[in-house]
Amino acid sequence: MQAKNSNNAWGLLLLIPFVALLWVPFYNRAEPAVAGFPFFYWYQFLWIPLTSLLIYIVHRRTK
Amino acid sequence: MTPQIDWIALTVFLLFFLLVTILGFLAARWKVADLNLLHEWGLGGNRFGTIITWFLLGGDFYTAYTMIAVPALVYAVGAAGFFALPYTIIVYPFVFAIMPRVWQKCRANGYLTAADLVRGEHRQIWLATAVAFTGLLATMPYIALQLVGMRVAIQALGFTGDLPLAIAFVILALYTYSSGLRAPAMIAFVKDVMIYAVVLAAVVIVPVKLGGYGYIFQAADQAFTAKGGATGLLLHPAQMLPFASLALGSALAAFMYPHTLTGVLSSRSFETIRRNAILLPAYTVLLGLIALLGFMAIAAGIRTKDTSTVVPLLILKIFPNWFVGFSFAAITIGALVPAAIMSIGAANLFTRNIWGTFINDQLSARAEARIAKLTSLAVKLGALAFIVFLPTEYAIDLQLMGGIWILQTLPAVISAVCPIPFRISGRGLLAGWVTGMVLGTWLTFGTGLKPLVVLPVLQQTYTIYIGLVALVANLAITWVGSLLAPERGVAG
Repeated sequence: MQAKNSNNAWGLLLLIPFVALLWVPFYNRAEPAVAGFPFFYWYQFLWIPLTSLLIYIVHRRTK
Repeated sequence: MTPQIDWIALTVFLLFFLLVTILGFLAARWKVADLNLLHEWGLGGNRFGTIITWFLLGGDFYTAYTMIAVPALVYAVGAAGFFALPYTIIVYPFVFAIMPRVWQKCRANGYLTAADLVRGEHRQIWLATAVAFTGLLATMPYIALQLVGMRVAIQALGFTGDLPLAIAFVILALYTYSSGLRAPAMIAFVKDVMIYAVVLAAVVIVPVKLGGYGYIFQAADQAFTAKGGATGLLLHPAQMLPFASLALGSALAAFMYPHTLTGVLSSRSFETIRRNAILLPAYTVLLGLIALLGFMAIAAGIRTKDTSTVVPLLILKIFPNWFVGFSFAAITIGALVPAAIMSIGAANLFTRNIWGTFINDQLSARAEARIAKLTSLAVKLGALAFIVFLPTEYAIDLQLMGGIWILQTLPAVISAVCPIPFRISGRGLLAGWVTGMVLGTWLTFGTGLKPLVVLPVLQQTYTIYIGLVALVANLAITWVGSLLAPERGVAG
């Protein structure tokens, strides 16, 4: 059907959340805190919309 | 827990329970079709669009047990319990890349289960049976755990004994029998809206009452400092690999379960699943907020040894009684949706890949649906008996092992839909599966039923999720086995 072929390189964007969230030492810290949330927590929350956005971009580019 | 029945809370609870019961039975008339056919009963006729699939998968993947267990873990250990968040984020790029292909293959060939897919693509009947067996084995304790979630909510309302739980579950069994996947799909909508309402109310009201998130985190930090050990607002260095490996392993396993796959296969199109990979993370926000309830409970001064009561105690403490009834109804209904879908997924597997393979391979479509309906009934009654007669610990331990087991079906499923850079054979995959299952089970027993194992490598020790260790062994043996036994097995 759709997908695959042509724009395969866009799919690499899908790997970014894996790196961002599985490389734990990068975000296992309290500062900078935002609205009372230590970095560890708001960073993970932030990656929810970012992941959606990345998937959306890949979705648009691989139709 | 105080066994004091609050009549207002109870009335609200019963009203909502009645509402979903009616919906459950009405669902048989929704998108009218012949429910005596398996793909109609068990997959909703594969015609759910983006929105229904979103509610269905959301209601299915983020279960009532999650709502009890995640805050319980966060309450007990802090940051380490938060692995559920990265887990339910990275699962979506995976879903986006893999699940549309699974849908496509299954739709093109009329497969209704993962084992159908494996049997059709690898032509290895024992491998398909292994996948079906694993799916059944992993799902049964998961259904039992939904009952644990329900029981916690029902008991918090002031009931003692298991009779209310049994009644609720029998009602569920009856409308699943008559309406099939349409019932949880319809109820999922109500369930999700209710859970969103409860969680949003909690994350707004609790900080206002307690003095902001800064205070909540501070209170939790103090409690963990006093408690000591492997707890805290941040991870100890030795907890980072367990955290990451649990997140990765759980994410890879999540959509191998029969209930999540049922949700995927019931959708209307390739595009529906791709869109849902973008939209479903909204539920992860909800899950993250639910996890925070664990810290809120600490800050609200809730002290209990039985951590599964953390959320009910918090609800009882902060909400007015009518909203307490609403919240417990939300948790209970939240258990019904996944329990229904899990039993349907298990029934599809049993009918197609156990009964249909070994007992009668000439089943008519009607006979298939009849067997599946009866199986779904049997599976739910089995889960009920399990919870009523055996210690809850058994269900928790088995569900933990279920995650490790189901992960071992990943190579067979992925290689059925994706091009693999080296030759792979059904027999190689089967050898890999056996290795992963045996190693995973053995390691889990060896660690006293904990999900993590300590591996000594070059004078260092690494603590890592057993599921991933078993998967690596599985892949290695699959590769070697495929070299040694390259030709395809007997056509299945």
